Amino acid sequence: MKRTFLALSLLLTAALVLAACAPAEAPYDCTDEIGCVDIPPGDPVRIGYMLVISGPNESLGVDSRRGVEIAIHERPEIHGHPVELVGEDSLCSAEGGQTAATKLVSDPSLVGVIGTNCSSAGEPASRIVSQAGMVLVSPSNTAPSLTNPDDTWNPGYLRSCHNDKVQGAAMAEFVYNELGVRKAATIHDGSPYADQLQEVFANTFVELGGEITAQEAVNVGDTDMRPVLTSISVTGPEFLYYPIFIAEGAFITVQAKEIGGLEDTILSGADGMISPDFIEAAGEAAEGMYISGPDLGFSGPVAERFFELHLELYGEDPISAFHAHAFDAANMILDAVEKVAVLDADGTLHIGRQALRDALYATSGLAGMTGTLTCNEYGDCADPKISVNEIQNGEYIAIWP
Amino acid sequence: MRQRLQNIDFLGVILWIFRTAIIVAVIWGTIATILDNPYTTENWFDFIVFGIAQGSLYALIAMGYTLVYGILFMINFAHGEFYMSGIFTATIFVAIPMSETGFLNRHPIPALLIMGVVAMATSMGVAVLTERIAYRPLRRAPRLVPLITAIGASFFWQYFFRGLYGSGITAFPTVDVLKGSITLGGLEILKTQVVVIVASIFLLIGLNLFIMRSKTGKAIRAVAEDKDIAALMGIDVDRVVVITFATGAALAGAAGLLYALLFRQIHFYMGFIPGIKAFTAAVLGGIGSVPGAALGGLLLGMFESVGPSLFLEGLGIPSSYQLKDVIAFTMLVLILIFKPQGILGEPLTEEKA
Repeated sequence: MKRTFLALSLLLTAALVLAACAPAEAPYDCTDEIGCVDIPPGDPVRIGYMLVISGPNESLGVDSRRGVEIAIHERPEIHGHPVELVGEDSLCSAEGGQTAATKLVSDPSLVGVIGTNCSSAGEPASRIVSQAGMVLVSPSNTAPSLTNPDDTWNPGYLRSCHNDKVQGAAMAEFVYNELGVRKAATIHDGSPYADQLQEVFANTFVELGGEITAQEAVNVGDTDMRPVLTSISVTGPEFLYYPIFIAEGAFITVQAKEIGGLEDTILSGADGMISPDFIEAAGEAAEGMYISGPDLGFSGPVAERFFELHLELYGEDPISAFHAHAFDAANMILDAVEKVAVLDADGTLHIGRQALRDALYATSGLAGMTGTLTCNEYGDCADPKISVNEIQNGEYIAIWP
Repeated sequence: MRQRLQNIDFLGVILWIFRTAIIVAVIWGTIATILDNPYTTENWFDFIVFGIAQGSLYALIAMGYTLVYGILFMINFAHGEFYMSGIFTATIFVAIPMSETGFLNRHPIPALLIMGVVAMATSMGVAVLTERIAYRPLRRAPRLVPLITAIGASFFWQYFFRGLYGSGITAFPTVDVLKGSITLGGLEILKTQVVVIVASIFLLIGLNLFIMRSKTGKAIRAVAEDKDIAALMGIDVDRVVVITFATGAALAGAAGLLYALLFRQIHFYMGFIPGIKAFTAAVLGGIGSVPGAALGGLLLGMFESVGPSLFLEGLGIPSSYQLKDVIAFTMLVLILIFKPQGILGEPLTEEKA
């Protein structure tokens, strides 16, 4: 009797369960190799950012965060799910990138991450985000090694900014052909960005027929640059390229003017120093410096709308160099999510992680603010346009090409 | 003979090899650099002057470490923040307004004096507050406790001033009279460096007179010798401790102003590295000893400035200036291994060690 009752009740339960399911299709079956993100109805699609939003390079990160925010402002929903932005401060160091990435990937509902700003933070972050199955699109990691599969590239890593193979070569050409310089020296700060950029510059400069008189290095956090500058001045360079960051860059700029033998040397840096904070820190000494970086002469309806919104939301014009690249990076992720997301009848959104990666690497002909973006298999997506700016009356004025 | 051989242990041999290797490397590098000498006499002179200027800043900050260690046997890791707080406040509230109104360049000497007073007063205020709130309640606690509290206090002040004045870099205004350089016996020295070196010498002499000649100085020395007995002799130990903290902080505040003249960049994190370097200088010279800290600071500054060119370049090491901190901290390690009491430090007694 008891047994029959049990069997009957089991049957009944099974029937009820089946009846409940019957009108819906079979439950979504995730066939993705590295898993899926399932977003229940009403829950947001979570996108992360990790940028440098404190410390001396704060303006770099705040500028790119605004680019991401504007992209989300323009596309607040994907398939009826709101888009939510969460973020961490990745600083401008490997430790910062490691911490921020570890913290962000601990949230399994995160779809993808925009970041980092500094290549030093990008190296560990790329590895951690890749292992978590997510995607990382950087708006400003320019070090060549990050998209080199034999070096620190990881699956799921892409960037919307130029590779410094382009920037270093462009700067060398400008210096050799336009300025007519034949003897140059470089300084880096041990970060992958600065080290690799000055190396590309130096190699191209030598290929063009120039001479590199010294390749020195300082540490992040150093203040007294006079000894290293004295040491460089002995080699008699006409041109000094130090593609480093704001604090140390400003120390070198100010102190170089005080070193005998470097008074007439042309000073020059790169995109890590495009910020009003650099002008403020270096003061008059920055006048006449040449700064290489992405071409910021954006035009077209997308750019006009962007600048209009930027002024409206933040009450000022963009403050650094990578807002547009961040805007494009966010749009790359949002486009790819839109493409691969599968919407259930009950409103649950399913995003296959490998499918998302594939969609991102397949990005082709995306009309972004920085140009037409097409990704190669290792995630170099930029339409690289480099320009050289001269600092005139505290403003970055594009003078070449 | 056999007895002596048995006394040689494995670690001792390793340390001997280590010491010999470093000395050989230094001598080799020096000889190679001198033979190949790419620098002129003026260059070497410049390196030394840069080193002395940087070193006198280290020396001034190191005083705070050494004084506090002398009486409390604690390493006050928040000292770098005392240094930062003073000059940050003076820059925001005094230097920038004065520069905007033009007062700074019309009356540079009173302006600099006011800045100095504000910087020193702020540093002293922060130091006294930290001592009262964070250190005094822990006076009798095990020695690790105040050390960890000091690290906490350091973070607290960093982020307190970051919240107050922002996390960006603030430029310290240029003082026109201090622009350019003067010629001294055919050699050029930057005016700012002259000011830094001269002011440091005066402050250090002043400190020495204060400790050695004044009544309060005598009380400080008595408390350093033995707190309990000093208290029995009618010395108010708490008051002496506060005075010691305030004295160290005043010198740190002055060092902050000199730093600002030399480097012209102020931010909330600026106290960290000079703090660590000054601590190194204090240990190098013999922590607890005032002349020792001064000597340690100067030596450290000189080694950082001259070392990479003199020792490393001859060894063919590229980008040698990246390794200047290696030189500084190698010196610290060597001192800790071979003369733990520092260059001028007295051998530590059981109780103090």
